[in-house]
Amino acid sequence: MTITDETPETVDGAARVRQRGDDAAVLRLSEAQAAAIGTDATTPDDDERVLLNMGPSHPSTHGVLRLMLEMEGETVIRSKPVVGYLHTGMEKQAEQLTFLQGCTNVTRMDYASPFFTELAFSLATEKLLDIEVPERAVWIRMLMSELNRISSHLLFMATNGMDLGAVSMMIYGWREREEVLRFFEKVTGLRMNHNYIRPGGVAADLPDGWKGEIEALLELLPPRLEEYDVLMTGQPIWRERLQGVGTLNTDEALALSATGPILRSTGYAWDLRRDQPYLAYDEVDFDVIVGTYGDCYDRYAIRLNEIRESMRIVEQILDKMPLGDYRVQDKKVTPPPRIRIDQSMEALIHHFKIFTEGFKVPEGEAYACVESPRGELGIYMVSDGSSTPYRMHVRGPSFINVQTMPHLMRESLIADAVAIISSVDPIMGEVDR
Amino acid sequence: MADGSYLKGFGVTFKKLFEDRVTGDYRGGKGLEKGKPDEKRPKADRLHGRHVLNRYEDGMEKCIGCELCAGVCPAKCIYVRGADNNPEAPTSPGERFGYVYEINYLRCIHCDLCVEACPTQAITESKLFEFSFTNRSDAIYTKNELLVGDDGKPQQLPWEDWRDGEDTMTSGWMRATSPAGDHRYEGVVHWAGELGYGLRDPETGQSAEANDDEGARPAASSVEHG
Repeated sequence: MTITDETPETVDGAARVRQRGDDAAVLRLSEAQAAAIGTDATTPDDDERVLLNMGPSHPSTHGVLRLMLEMEGETVIRSKPVVGYLHTGMEKQAEQLTFLQGCTNVTRMDYASPFFTELAFSLATEKLLDIEVPERAVWIRMLMSELNRISSHLLFMATNGMDLGAVSMMIYGWREREEVLRFFEKVTGLRMNHNYIRPGGVAADLPDGWKGEIEALLELLPPRLEEYDVLMTGQPIWRERLQGVGTLNTDEALALSATGPILRSTGYAWDLRRDQPYLAYDEVDFDVIVGTYGDCYDRYAIRLNEIRESMRIVEQILDKMPLGDYRVQDKKVTPPPRIRIDQSMEALIHHFKIFTEGFKVPEGEAYACVESPRGELGIYMVSDGSSTPYRMHVRGPSFINVQTMPHLMRESLIADAVAIISSVDPIMGEVDR
Repeated sequence: MADGSYLKGFGVTFKKLFEDRVTGDYRGGKGLEKGKPDEKRPKADRLHGRHVLNRYEDGMEKCIGCELCAGVCPAKCIYVRGADNNPEAPTSPGERFGYVYEINYLRCIHCDLCVEACPTQAITESKLFEFSFTNRSDAIYTKNELLVGDDGKPQQLPWEDWRDGEDTMTSGWMRATSPAGDHRYEGVVHWAGELGYGLRDPETGQSAEANDDEGARPAASSVEHG
């Protein structure tokens, strides 16, 4: 990690968070300690407190997040997120699937931004394989990632609007997202869970006429985003609902390991695309959007403007997209071109080996991380030299960001709790995995 | 607050009343009953839909029962058993054919790795994704349902929502992934002809891109056919 000028003193920050007293933020407390605080009764009127269960089936919990809210009237005194309702054992499942099949699994974690998990998985595998991906594959990956960031943030716009009562925004957000997904469908054959970015490159080249499609998309989106500005950004109702709600400062965000828009909303410019460039992000121009107050409004505004930044990156990718191979030409990793199967016995054998047994990955450990729309998404991969991972661990940004919720919700109104859940934008598939 | 920005938001919503619906002429099947147009959006060429088992132009089955599709399937939804061809009346060219072929669509995730793995292009994807079942056994498609008919078109089962022209679009993903990342193999026919259609066209790939973009690095265009 590079220490820049604006890096705050994290150690001091953590100390300050701790100093706030036992009954303040619920940070790394044991269950017993937490219970003790609860019975400590800082308030004399214990009878007034109600434990309210929100979720797991609640429209504003983005799937199956369950929150235990300790309420005093309309005020949330303490809260505790309960996760695991969507746990499907995907990290374990990864140990059963070969590196070739693995992408079909990881892509289902963060289903709103599937390309990022595929990318992190592929980058980690490629680190272990010690292969370099062809230039075109790098740029295709970047193109798809940025489009996916747009679609994911559009989904956030939709759900954030819906959670706060701007129901028409929900329709508009989904509508625009659909345009992006339509392009994904043309490239990968699927709208979600693409299995497109694979270790070694991407599965298929961009389809004929892709440039026109993207140009149309880049033309369509800006006026729509301006509509969002009228509908939400400039709306007094919208601002009053979000400004000053669910605030977090940089120290707290760092102490809670929050990343992505949550960390950036506190004014701390941390974006892996800029700070630890992967793919070819050091060859494109873009700004890291930061907020000032760390409230729900900042998080909303950051995401809205990140859509614009992503569009800027996509424009540059259009100009710079190189030609050439888009999958590493290593016979042990990439299956042969289909026509070669009939021409060469070796090609046929490679084809059979790769699709049944998979390719073997040298023993070792690797961590690769990418800046997903929700923050740092990392995959830690351990290989024992076989064709399946020995262990795959995912550092899911949603999962870690959910931990900021009790902090954000403290002493807020129950109506604001909805706004806060929405602004954290957790994808439960990735929280529970 | 008095600047009317409350109302501007309503303006955005109000304007939408006069715009065309993004769903176009799609009415979810209800239009057909009332005699109104009921059209779906055109499907993407590479769309992964329900599979089909293809046949050669002479009517022989392409599947050789090698089980590569079953081996690569991450969801383990394919069950294949091969058997020896009867030399008098062979089902497929070569020695063996797919005797049992089943896909369980309750498990299938449509990743189309089977399509990429198939060495004879026997299994490809159609563009149909709207099919639902009322019982579990309907969800298991056997060779009877998967194999294309005598005209080379996929069979249309009662619970599948096919529209005109959709049944002719198959194998887009197979063709797109055939070059396996080697740009020299783009625009090359990697596949055998199909019953009813003959040879399908490959995608143009980067050659078109290189022509309209002079500054880009040129891609080699010729491939040795061995």
